[in-house]
Amino acid sequence: MSAMASAIRRRSRVDVTPYLLVAPAVALILLIYGYPIVRVFIDSFLSPTAARGTTVGLANYGFVIDDPVFWKSAGNNVFLLVGVPIMTFVALVVAVILFDQIRGWRLYRTLVFTPYILAVPVIGVTFVYLYGYNGVVNEILRAVGLGGLAQDWLGSPTLVMPSILSVIIYRELGFGVMLFLARMASIREELYEAAMIDGAGWWARLRYITVPQLRTVMTFFVVIELITMLSWVFAYVYSMTGGGPAFASSVLELYIWKYAFAYRAIGIASAVAVLLLVAISVLIVVQLLVRGGESETGEE
Amino acid sequence: MSALRRFLSPAGLFKQALMVAIAIAAIYPVYYMLETSLKTREAWTADQFGLPLPPTLDNYATLLADGRIPVWFMNSVIVTTASVLVSTVVATLAAFAIARLTFRGRTFLLRLLVALMVVPPAVLVLPLFLGLQPLGLTNTYQGVVLIYSGMLVPFSVYMLSSFFRTLPVELFEAARIDGASTMRILRSIVVPLSGPGFITLIVVNAMWVWNELLIALVFLQDDQKRTLMAGLTTMRGRYAINEPLVMAGMFLGVLPILLLFLFGQRFFVRGLVAGAVK
Repeated sequence: MSAMASAIRRRSRVDVTPYLLVAPAVALILLIYGYPIVRVFIDSFLSPTAARGTTVGLANYGFVIDDPVFWKSAGNNVFLLVGVPIMTFVALVVAVILFDQIRGWRLYRTLVFTPYILAVPVIGVTFVYLYGYNGVVNEILRAVGLGGLAQDWLGSPTLVMPSILSVIIYRELGFGVMLFLARMASIREELYEAAMIDGAGWWARLRYITVPQLRTVMTFFVVIELITMLSWVFAYVYSMTGGGPAFASSVLELYIWKYAFAYRAIGIASAVAVLLLVAISVLIVVQLLVRGGESETGEE
Repeated sequence: MSALRRFLSPAGLFKQALMVAIAIAAIYPVYYMLETSLKTREAWTADQFGLPLPPTLDNYATLLADGRIPVWFMNSVIVTTASVLVSTVVATLAAFAIARLTFRGRTFLLRLLVALMVVPPAVLVLPLFLGLQPLGLTNTYQGVVLIYSGMLVPFSVYMLSSFFRTLPVELFEAARIDGASTMRILRSIVVPLSGPGFITLIVVNAMWVWNELLIALVFLQDDQKRTLMAGLTTMRGRYAINEPLVMAGMFLGVLPILLLFLFGQRFFVRGLVAGAVK
């Protein structure tokens, strides 16, 4: 009887345990995400220098819009997006080959995945040597008689961004392969068996079973990589070129970092941070809308 | 026999050739780091491709004698351990509530956490710096540990709560009937049963903190406080003309994660695909 009474009593009051459990996480989030996001908006309307409190309206945004380096940086982020379809395609091809369990597939899988666990700054510095004028890439070109193609890969304003992109693809490819392989492993065997009975060849099975089944995970990978290209490439650029030559390989994160910590122009750095945040949010909303549309048509 | 025939078919040979090419490209930079680091500067200048024969550990000895890398290494160990510890504890509590308890705002909280996962650190770094500076938290371990822990929370809660949801619900009901309190259930049932989930999360989070650069550069500028990654990026300027020495430093930078990966590959894979494949 008393157990029942206490159960009733417990139910009638609001149980505070869940709130106590989430409280530390919520506090940390408010501190590390909440406060900075609010502050970066406010700061973007304040005087660009360290002098606090002077509202300058949209002047910081105006400065940014008129700054060719800003557009160069944003353009470079947009250029990097080119890499997303490329690496999605290559990752798919590699995953499909490995999924067939060709001879040595376990070793290939490990090797292909390895770059993804390496630290970006380390990869960056290593590729500075590989891409140097007397680096490995040029030496190989010279050795096979293509010395005319030898370039200063990271020193040329036109080649620096494609070169950086190749390094990003180098590292991120393994992530895609792993994602796709993990999803493939959970495709039901009966689908393939039924297809085999129906006489479907290797290509038909790929086209009509594997790829459609991978759609969700491919979308996920594409979204993650779009976000990476827009807002997670600082370490690549910083460790390889520092944004150079001149501003040829600057990206938005580097632009924010320079204005924030080298030029001490808080308002301007904040304005660009706000623009970056808005761009990412738009991307996410678009993705959610697309996905929402898909689920209405009966996908998963 | 048919396996061999498939291997020798044009398609089979093409696949093998493609995979060999991709695998070599993937591993070559690591090989290059190691190979270069085992050469003297003179041997490297004479031939950067040849095997390091005889190999020399001079570069590693120089780096250890210089003393910076061991200090940076320890800084990274401290910062990584503390951040992973704090975020895991905080996330475990929240994830348990989200996965197994009902309360107002639960769905909203989970959605918010998912949204926060995509906020770029570059957006947060300046306001955090301005906010933490007056508190004397810049150039301190506590400051970066606080930031890293906070940044790890959204993914950690998300991952752990999906893991906790896979635990059989009957266990919770049985424990409730036996009169176990919520905290008791968390301590005696959820945590002991979630070993694989925790290992996966710890591996992924540790790797993220170990490899992080932007926050480390901004918040730990004192040479004695630098993390290994931030320190390594200063090496190229300092030893620009001594490639083998720089490569030795780089190799030391990836070695711990590389070793972890070789022994626990499945945890890396599981953790890194956790967000996408249910």
